Amino acid sequence: MSRFLLQRLLSTVPVMAIVATIVFLLLRFSAGDPAAILAGDAATPATIAAIRARLGLDQPMAVQLVRWFWQLLHGDLGTSIISNQGVAHLIADRMAPTLALSATTILFAIVVAVPLGVVAAWKHGTIIDRAVMTLSVVGFSMPVFVLGYLWILGFAIRLRWLPVQGFSPLSDGIGPFLAHLVLPTLTLSVIYIALIARITRASVLEVLGEDYIRTARAKGVPERAVLMRHALGNAAVPIVSVIGIGVALLIGGVVVTESVFNLPGLGRLTVDAVLARDYPVIQGIILVFSGVYVLVNLAVDLAYVLLDPRIRY
Amino acid sequence: MSVLTRRDFGKLGGAAALAVSLPLGAQAAGPKVLRCVMHSGLRITDPIITTAYIARNHGYMIYDTLFAVDEKLQVQPQMVDHWEMSADKLTYSFTLRPGLKFHDGAPVTSADCIASIQRWGKRDGMGQKLMDFTAALTAVDDKSFKLVLKEPYGLVLASLGKPSSNVPFIMPARIAATPADQNVPEEIGSGPFRFVKAEFQPGSKVVYEKNPDYVPRNEPASSLAGGKVVKLDRVEWINITDYQTAVNALANNEIDYIEQPPHDLLPILKSTDKVVVKDYNPLGFVGMCRMNWLLKPFDNVKIRQAVLHAINQQDWADAQIGNPDYSTVTGAMFIAKTPFATEAGFPPKPDPALAKQLLKDGGYDGTPVVIMQPTDLAIVTSLGPVTAQALRNIGMNVDLQSMDWQALVGRRAKQTPVSEGGWNMFHTTWAAADVLNPVANLGVNGRGKTGGWFGWAEDAEIEKQRDAFARETDPAKQKQIAEDVQKRAYEIVTYIPTGQYTMPYAYRDSVSGILAGPAPVFWNLDKKIA
Repeated sequence: MSRFLLQRLLSTVPVMAIVATIVFLLLRFSAGDPAAILAGDAATPATIAAIRARLGLDQPMAVQLVRWFWQLLHGDLGTSIISNQGVAHLIADRMAPTLALSATTILFAIVVAVPLGVVAAWKHGTIIDRAVMTLSVVGFSMPVFVLGYLWILGFAIRLRWLPVQGFSPLSDGIGPFLAHLVLPTLTLSVIYIALIARITRASVLEVLGEDYIRTARAKGVPERAVLMRHALGNAAVPIVSVIGIGVALLIGGVVVTESVFNLPGLGRLTVDAVLARDYPVIQGIILVFSGVYVLVNLAVDLAYVLLDPRIRY
Repeated sequence: MSVLTRRDFGKLGGAAALAVSLPLGAQAAGPKVLRCVMHSGLRITDPIITTAYIARNHGYMIYDTLFAVDEKLQVQPQMVDHWEMSADKLTYSFTLRPGLKFHDGAPVTSADCIASIQRWGKRDGMGQKLMDFTAALTAVDDKSFKLVLKEPYGLVLASLGKPSSNVPFIMPARIAATPADQNVPEEIGSGPFRFVKAEFQPGSKVVYEKNPDYVPRNEPASSLAGGKVVKLDRVEWINITDYQTAVNALANNEIDYIEQPPHDLLPILKSTDKVVVKDYNPLGFVGMCRMNWLLKPFDNVKIRQAVLHAINQQDWADAQIGNPDYSTVTGAMFIAKTPFATEAGFPPKPDPALAKQLLKDGGYDGTPVVIMQPTDLAIVTSLGPVTAQALRNIGMNVDLQSMDWQALVGRRAKQTPVSEGGWNMFHTTWAAADVLNPVANLGVNGRGKTGGWFGWAEDAEIEKQRDAFARETDPAKQKQIAEDVQKRAYEIVTYIPTGQYTMPYAYRDSVSGILAGPAPVFWNLDKKIA
């Protein structure tokens, strides 16, 4: 097991190096010039050229790439071209809202979706099953921004229960912290509730048809135990896989949700950096995101071992 | 064992709702905090290296200026206590007000002013011109300095009191020693607010606090001039990129002020309780249609003239603003209702027949016109399609290429052919305060490939006129020269103004004391706390 863990951790290095190289090249080939952006409206070609030289953007691409890798090897993500602040600092500064939103979204989605999926499977073919499936289709189909504005209209503007926008750090108190997360979490989690509920239903439904479930029922095991222990326990592997994929997909959803609710997180930082062609910041964020993907996948693989004793690494 | 009943759950839910609803918009008695949504997020904190208006606005918060314009656009002393010009109009002597202090506690000295002017003079167009005419800039003592000219120059005070990007803000000499293409390492000025570095999130949030050491002038505040009396303890600029969210937040009393709500949301704001919509920037903004003189077909004056006669400025205004209350059709390149305003040279109405004839005379061969259209900048987005249709109407081939604004900014700097990333036309907008005279207005710059503005118009005659304007010290003669410059600019079509427009502020009715002017400022503002 520990050998597997070590191998997987080591394999993240080439994966992230490949990601880093692709991102670097994509940025250099995309339209836009940070030097022209920095130079401003009144710039002359000479001014732009001088800024390009100062930033090293006039160097051959290979030189720029090697220089960046050298920085990374020294644990330095670089400095923002636009704001002149350290990329690591910028990312750390924006981490809290994104982590908080991601965690509450996934937790809320699991807490709601898994029971829904189990109940839908248990009541297969009934109106409850159809209701859950209909809701999941609606959840899938509803764009994040539409839902966001509906929640804002209802809970913030009409009822005035919750704030429209912004983030309040935990250090300012649990009340404001949660208040600012309720609507974004509700908005972002709907699609994951739909996804996880459907997979849970399908997976549990398949297991419920197994012989050992019939045997358990025949032995008089209470239905709740049949469902929770025997059915859900054995259906957990695909559900955990989907949750893992959901965490990875969250990054995309976070970008829109952070914009609608004005959360100063990594999603907003990413969009800002892309629009400003702030190469070091974009590269740094994508490296962090790819690291998160790799670790989430690793966690999912490890979870398999716990959930299914037949799986060995 | 205690069991949570449904009723208990209901109570818990109610209590939770109450608990989380407490912070909403409520501001108990205590520090006066104004929360604002500006037109953009602050990313670059150096108002000299960038022309971004958000950096200019930031500059007005933390820096002070030697001179500033009042409501009537008259230049008034600000940090300067008194000044004089020698009889031969070659030497200007300035003496600073007593009590000026930087945020780090150091007194403001002549050396700081000289270093700041010199750094600004390397970046700003008017600053460069002033430096071209300057023989020496020397300190007399800690509080006095002299500017000695090579020859009389009519724009000395107008330059030092320039209201918009780049504004000659005064920084400590050690900070002004930063190369003019690099961001300053510290945000230290002597202005009415101090920058709270610890809370700065580039592009997301900026916080300023009152500078208790600031000594305002005795005169009442008037636009950017007069006494900068701060009545707030703290100002927060929160960048809400989604304007619908910003409007909701204003309605919900979570923010106090939106600098530039989009025109299509104004009806909602006007009907919102306790929200005021009012225009405080009567000069407003102006749009510009710019052609690339280096490439076919706009290297041909006849074809540029054809475009001038093909367009209808009203169409631009309708597409861009859609509300005559906020838009003005005018050919005044130096801004309507200002000292150098004139309609000279501007075609009174579109003339498609003449445009077609000019195309024919110019030998237009069907070369496609690449118009760069930024899709992420709402105020500019609609201009490109209007122009494209006008050009198609007279028989031109148009290739309207959509891109984001920063891609446009990168591409417009290219002087290469279209096949190598070049371009033929783009549209942009300016704060009207940036184009008030022939020297400041980059659109009439005729220095060509090396010293001109994107599009690189080249014309010796217009440059001679601009120099004459700069040398002239008699306002009446300046006005005549400005008119000549405009006529020439239309004759050779350096650019086409797309019309002027204003963008009102929206704010809670608890806010008072907003000053009219070309830039939003936060002194004199007050907020009533319930």
